[in-house]
Amino acid sequence: MTDPTLHTPILPDVPEAPNPVTQMLRMLWNDKFAFVSVVILLIILVCAITGPLWLEDIATKQNLRGRNAPPFDFSTSWPYWLGGDALGRPLLARIIVAAQNTIFVAAGAVFFSLTIGTVLGLIAGYTSRIISQVIMRLADIVMSFPSLLLAVIVLYTLDSSVFNLVIVLAITRIPVYLRTARAETLEVRERMFVQAARVMGASNGRIIFRHILPIVFPTLVTIATLDFAFVMLAESALSFLGIGIQPPEITWGLMVSQGRPYLTSAWWLSFWPGIAIILTTLSLNLVSHWLRTALDPAQRWRLENVRKKNG
Amino acid sequence: MGERLLEVRNLSVDFHTSHGTVHAVRDVSWHLERGETLAILGESGSGKSVSASAILNLIDMPPGEITSGQIVFEGRDLLTMLPEERRQLNGHRIAMIFQDPLSHLNPVYSIGFQIAEAMTAHGVNKGQTRARTIELLKRVGIPNADTKVDAYPHQFSGGQRQRIMIAMALALKPDILIADEPTTALDVTVQAEILALLEELQTETGMGLLLITHDLGVVAEVADRVVVMNSGEIVETGSASDVYHNPQHPYTQQLIAAIPGNGQMASQLAQTTPMLEIKGLSKHYGAFIALEDANLTVLPAESVAIVGESGSGKSTLAKTILRLEDATAGEALFEGRDLVKMAPKELFKMRRDVQMVFQDPTQSLNPRMSIYDIISEAFVIHPEILDKQHWKARVCELLEQVGLKADHMYRHPHQFSGGQRQRIAIARALALEPKLIVCDEAVSALDVSIQAQVLALLTRLQNELGLSYLFIAHDLLLVRDFAHRVIVMQNGKIVEQGPVDQIFDAPREPYTRNLIAASLSPDPTIQAARREALIALQGERV
Amino acid sequence: MLKFLGTRAVASAISLVGLVLLVFFLSRLTGDPTGLYLPLDASEEARNQFREIHGLNDPIFIQFLNYLGDLIRLDFGESIRRSEPAIDVVMRGFGWTLQLAAVTMSLVVVCAVIVGSLAAFHVGGVFDRIATFFSLIGASAPDFWIAIVAIVIFSVNLGWVPTSGTGTVWHWILPVSVLFIRPFGLILQIVRGSMITALSSAYVKTARAKGIKNRTIIFVHALRNALLPVITIIGDQAAALLNGAVVVESIFGFPGVGKLMIDSILQRDFTVVMAAILVTATAIFVMNLLIDILYSILDPRIRY
Repeated sequence: MTDPTLHTPILPDVPEAPNPVTQMLRMLWNDKFAFVSVVILLIILVCAITGPLWLEDIATKQNLRGRNAPPFDFSTSWPYWLGGDALGRPLLARIIVAAQNTIFVAAGAVFFSLTIGTVLGLIAGYTSRIISQVIMRLADIVMSFPSLLLAVIVLYTLDSSVFNLVIVLAITRIPVYLRTARAETLEVRERMFVQAARVMGASNGRIIFRHILPIVFPTLVTIATLDFAFVMLAESALSFLGIGIQPPEITWGLMVSQGRPYLTSAWWLSFWPGIAIILTTLSLNLVSHWLRTALDPAQRWRLENVRKKNG
Repeated sequence: MGERLLEVRNLSVDFHTSHGTVHAVRDVSWHLERGETLAILGESGSGKSVSASAILNLIDMPPGEITSGQIVFEGRDLLTMLPEERRQLNGHRIAMIFQDPLSHLNPVYSIGFQIAEAMTAHGVNKGQTRARTIELLKRVGIPNADTKVDAYPHQFSGGQRQRIMIAMALALKPDILIADEPTTALDVTVQAEILALLEELQTETGMGLLLITHDLGVVAEVADRVVVMNSGEIVETGSASDVYHNPQHPYTQQLIAAIPGNGQMASQLAQTTPMLEIKGLSKHYGAFIALEDANLTVLPAESVAIVGESGSGKSTLAKTILRLEDATAGEALFEGRDLVKMAPKELFKMRRDVQMVFQDPTQSLNPRMSIYDIISEAFVIHPEILDKQHWKARVCELLEQVGLKADHMYRHPHQFSGGQRQRIAIARALALEPKLIVCDEAVSALDVSIQAQVLALLTRLQNELGLSYLFIAHDLLLVRDFAHRVIVMQNGKIVEQGPVDQIFDAPREPYTRNLIAASLSPDPTIQAARREALIALQGERV
Repeated sequence: MLKFLGTRAVASAISLVGLVLLVFFLSRLTGDPTGLYLPLDASEEARNQFREIHGLNDPIFIQFLNYLGDLIRLDFGESIRRSEPAIDVVMRGFGWTLQLAAVTMSLVVVCAVIVGSLAAFHVGGVFDRIATFFSLIGASAPDFWIAIVAIVIFSVNLGWVPTSGTGTVWHWILPVSVLFIRPFGLILQIVRGSMITALSSAYVKTARAKGIKNRTIIFVHALRNALLPVITIIGDQAAALLNGAVVVESIFGFPGVGKLMIDSILQRDFTVVMAAILVTATAIFVMNLLIDILYSILDPRIRY
């Protein structure tokens, strides 16, 4: 009695589905923007992990002759290709080193908010009304308060260390995952396979983690990709305002801020770290955009169909 | 030949999907005359709706692609016309109504706005539309049309929504009305009313009616001619009565043979101690009474069918027995122990004895788990059933028992057809070695030929394993060949129960008689007689 | 409806009290509150006097009640730096921010809805690709960076617009443009996604079968349904602007509540910070209520 919808005609013989990993890789290859983004993100990740190990010394060594050295002077050594900062330190090397703090803060905040938000969201969606209400009201309080500002207040009263920054940013982003996880849980718990599991005698824990979480998780991961970009921007803004990461630690946002006094004479001091931020967040946004299509069965064909046109 | 209102010639449509190109229809030709009702009959995936969508330019391209053919309306090929010309025909000369009117009506606009829009889009002056809209609503039988015109789709019942769709489609007196499964989600009595309304309106306006359906009963009730489709091709064409009485193609023969309601009715089991005994079971949601004072018994190895229309409380009954909902009052004794008041620990043990098979196998199987995981979950939850080393062998055995292959077990649900999925769901229930299985509309979502196969499987398992079934269905004919006893429910109450032959051959209650009369027989001759009976019944009630 | 509004108002009040609790305890947990209220170089005498006057030697519970009592009378105390009531300072800044947010959001919503709807109609078409690409860039760009780059280009090098202030229309162009970019990118994405869903829905199929014009299908049938999720994100973005576009306001020297808050933090003027937090939070609760009402106007199925 199911009507054959026009979008997905039901096949008489259901073929073997392709391996999900190769299928995802093929869909990634078919979206060139997303593919390039993933490559860029991998490069940034490598910089973030290994950068300080081999560039720490070069990036912190002051060099009076290289003060505000202009970019694209290829007669110098490569770390100076993007120019030098006010103390003559090579910008390219500093950007690579700063990747670690920038990525670490964002990754830490996203990891904590994703984990805590998901767990709370599952609980709020699956248990009693009262617990759900308490969790949602708490989320309201945090939500009523844009993350940047909450971070400003907390970092004002506490110290602004990397760890505190991660925690503060994580707390401000928890409601995002919490609300999504709860909304999806409320929907999934009414699905028949959850009822079927209850009839079999499955415990609440089993239903939540074995049946509901796998359905909800892809959506949350898509949001997390997008949120990573958001958190990075928030951290950069805080560091720019001088209440995030403090020198001598560096992040891209702090570098933009440090270059601000020299804007008219040496624009590159602020320009390049800004480009690094945009490149990373844009890549994350493109990947998230692709993920949303790739994980939506109704939209997927757009990525799978590319080869059809030639054959 | 210029007389033909609409002619589809050699139409082929492809869909490009992730699994490759699907030939949705291949080289399909049919025609429709003025004042005639043509039915396109087919099961899911047969491509029965595709040509209708092509007529109204509703196929999304891509992924769809019309690879060949013509659709000739009044001497012109629709497929070569400009989009704007086709827009002017849609709704004006050719109109369509759909299955599931709730999702096909825009939820945020009043029905009056939506009906009026069908007129203003084709140049009718705005000032005249309101009066005409109310008139149309009255014509299709919406009570209090003067005030209801400003109400929103969610404020109507399913049958009323389909009437509103009809009013909207007929606003400009089109030459052709295409009805895509117009009564599929509706109760049988409502279905009969909608079909009667369509016929009346056809006589009134002389339009050609193209009816797309999977239901031979609907064909028998309204169609003059029928086109039978299978896997994108037309296998048979002819008058409704010829095709039923004298099917030429093997597929049609098989389809007609699979229709329930013609077999031997089961004889009663000898009276023994009941396995399940329900006394005064009630479920209230606030002031709303979903279930009131239900009393029934199920014997070992017996199939008891519960039949009723939507809102009759039959699903609530099942959920209360399985403790998916808590009963407001009453008891449900399973082998002497009360399921309703059972403590969690005891209930957990009881889960092994009482299992459930759900309506829609697409939704009742977790899409992210493999078949092995789905079936062996029973052993994970109840480890005392089987040691882990035997799980695999047992899953193979269960799959073979329900007619699937053992090497299917590492596949995922979406790789199976609807019927196969329901077999998997049955295997999952069997893994717990239950004594009673509650089947909640377990075959309603399946095609007729698949329904017959799944019912045969259930009967076989009953004979092999001595299972009892509590079989919930809205379709009377379906339970006729399957059940030992039948219980008829209406508005949360049991109105009649008895042996299957008594219910069908000598129903006592008017409601049961009405239900039987409203269900459609696939035999056009019998159906004609039924209709007489139904009209007589309605006369009796008035 | 009235009952719903009442319930929501109570819930908002509870949330506000939660917020007050949070800020109160944050200010007490960090040690000596005089460190927050008084300048860093305040003498020990001044600190003692401050503790005496403000009852900081009382039990913490009594302190909280006093604090709450003051708040209910809208008494946030004097601004230490400006020697006028903190609430007056904040309301002045809030007025500027409200104007800035209103102008920016109106532009954002109109542009994003039109561009997003058209992009969704031909998914994968040239217009869609261009719109999607620019919206992604917009959503990715750090506003502080765009702000300073814009100042260098348009104010310093080209000299078209002033760098800071609020005097004329010209002063508004840069802050509004910079603030426009991110919400525009984000909302455009949501509009597009939501419109794709709406346009593939069954009721759009009905509309096509009725012979409705494409323009009407997009902007009448699909859009109103698609707006429901969009409104939520519009609310979030508007909230962010209402709380003061901290960075942009301080770069452009715009005297809004965001700049005020940062300045007060740097000047350690805690009474002003507190007042600013509570005023903007209240504004956001009011806006959320308006959004709920808008929801029920747009979708007749939502009845509170």
